[in-house]
Amino acid sequence: MNGAVRDDYLSHLLQSWHKPSSSTLPWLNQLRTEAVDCVSTLRVPTAKDEEWRFTNIASLTKLPFQEAHNTSEFSPTDIEHFYLPEATTRLVFVDGQYAPQLSNNTNEDDVIAGNLSTLANSHSAQISLHLGQHTDFRNNVFAALNTTFLKDSAVVIIPRNTTTNAPIHLLFIATQQEVTNYPRCLLIAEPNSQAVIIEDYVALHNLIYVTNSVTEVSLANNAHINHIRIQRDSDKAFHIADCSVSQERSSHYQSMNVALGANISRLSLNIHLEDEGAECTVDGLALIKGQQLADTHTFINHAKPNGTSRQLHKCIVGGEAHAVFNGRIMVRPNAQSTDSTQSNRNLLLTNKAQVNTKPQLEIFADDVKCAHGATVGQLDNEEIFYLRSRGFPEIDARNLLTYAFGAEIINRVPVASLKKQLEQTVLKHTQSTAL
Amino acid sequence: MINQNSKILLEIRGLHATINNVEVLKGIDLTIKSGEIHAIMGINGSGKSTLAKVLAGHSAYEVTAGNVLFEGKDLFELAPEERARAGIFLAFQYPIEIPGVANNQFLRLAYNTVQSERGKEELDPLEFDDFVREKMKLLEMNPDFLDRSVNEGFSGGEKKRNEILQMALLEPRISILDETDSGLDIDALRVVANGVNQITNADNATLLVTHYQRLLDYIVPDFVHVMEAGRIIKTGGKELALELETRGYDWVSKENNILAGAAS
Repeated sequence: MNGAVRDDYLSHLLQSWHKPSSSTLPWLNQLRTEAVDCVSTLRVPTAKDEEWRFTNIASLTKLPFQEAHNTSEFSPTDIEHFYLPEATTRLVFVDGQYAPQLSNNTNEDDVIAGNLSTLANSHSAQISLHLGQHTDFRNNVFAALNTTFLKDSAVVIIPRNTTTNAPIHLLFIATQQEVTNYPRCLLIAEPNSQAVIIEDYVALHNLIYVTNSVTEVSLANNAHINHIRIQRDSDKAFHIADCSVSQERSSHYQSMNVALGANISRLSLNIHLEDEGAECTVDGLALIKGQQLADTHTFINHAKPNGTSRQLHKCIVGGEAHAVFNGRIMVRPNAQSTDSTQSNRNLLLTNKAQVNTKPQLEIFADDVKCAHGATVGQLDNEEIFYLRSRGFPEIDARNLLTYAFGAEIINRVPVASLKKQLEQTVLKHTQSTAL
Repeated sequence: MINQNSKILLEIRGLHATINNVEVLKGIDLTIKSGEIHAIMGINGSGKSTLAKVLAGHSAYEVTAGNVLFEGKDLFELAPEERARAGIFLAFQYPIEIPGVANNQFLRLAYNTVQSERGKEELDPLEFDDFVREKMKLLEMNPDFLDRSVNEGFSGGEKKRNEILQMALLEPRISILDETDSGLDIDALRVVANGVNQITNADNATLLVTHYQRLLDYIVPDFVHVMEAGRIIKTGGKELALELETRGYDWVSKENNILAGAAS
């Protein structure tokens, strides 16, 4: 890509940026100002960059959409089907902006959940300690852009020794076309806390827009967070996301990422096991068809001894779709007795479906247990025959096996209503993936 | 049981089949009537399992000559799923694991597919649950197996019980049990055989494919056929299996060679 196009894109995006008013908190202003400076020194990656080899976002750079300024008209009943009855805490963001009238907080737990503008004052010290501190926006132009436009953000703090009974639902709804949304989440789990948090991206219409999201997660000692991220943006949308996680001693981060929507999606998931005995479970499912591209880049960084990581990432690719998986696992010299497994399994449903998979193990400690593997295949004829011999028509047998391939991940969703929604989505998807 | 008046279920005439252009079945003739239990024995590679898979419609095998009539209809006109719905059942030697599909869901879908084909009532999950639990008692199966993924993490014996459970649910006209005894300890063998015996009746038939006589102590065959190199070279009653157990297969082979020599 030439420099003129690149600069055009970023400078167009920055047109609407204003220096924050001095009434806001100084640390927040400083963060935004630093971010906008970063944008000016960074460039949009191209397919020539190793990390973006298989994901060409040239089409995105032709769409320098501004943030949504109008509020869109829709009835609350239009979005009710996205709600999860189990979740007593729900924060809703419409086109990137906090929608208090749609949000709900009836939990009896001691969770602190709300929008940044409210909590930045009451919990300033804690938030300033984490916001912008886990994501590497200085080296990531999209995270820098998100931070530049940082205004509304979901903030969830699970206080020390608190175990939440109900899941927390962060719902990001896209309702307008030709806008760029900058969703943001900050999840802080204090020592010995425990919670299930669902980060959910949905669209009301099948329109073109851009989601550029940043999520930061901090787990203190012995914290246990189950973080489920569902990307079901419009099939025409772009979804660029950065999720960065820092884990303290003996914390457990359980992550699930499901990519269903977007024309082009890219998730960079960075998990840093920064102290001893930290553990992470990283499950992923990309279910795509047509012309979709879903790129998942994960980085699991074992920095201290006795860490454990378990990763299973699956892709089901139909039509002429294209899945990318890059799973990097780093075991630092100090990270003795690390136990790490990674598996990437890909199912190609058509001759034109494509997958690029790259497991990357970098081990600098000598006493470690690491295993990784990747498979790319089609449905197994013996499995199809088995089902047909039980009366299933061939097409049903194929659909059931495709569904089963995805269900291995979906079945791990701990929230019944969400699991059911996803099962329906996968079923519907598998019945039309040849398209 | 043998009854001269019972009707013919399966009629195999001059069946030849190949896999990857190698001929594995070289002219099989076999007639099975309702109520009968047939055992096919023979050494590895004699074509026993191939016969089972060809009858069920496995696409890796090509039928090159001969025909098979199932209740008077051309079997090879039917896709595997149509054969299943018409009443042909194959219990697999190596049942397939399907992670992600709950066993109860799989069993119910299979049951309802076959039921609707036969113009019978389909069962909803609750009704089916009662029904399947009753059938599981036949095989002394723990109901926990309903909630697990199909065959995933099942032991060899559990997989075979699950196969016979499917046989009990689908009520086939003819059941082909492909080495159902392999990998079973003696207790599991007894349970599985017991289940099969409770399913067999005067209206259906069973074709047992096996290496060993020990299964036939529990499921007593009316006919024993010995296969070698893609042909049935000897047919006898249940006593033939006992003779094979004590004398091995060599003598049948030699006897057959002498007969073949005399014929030419």
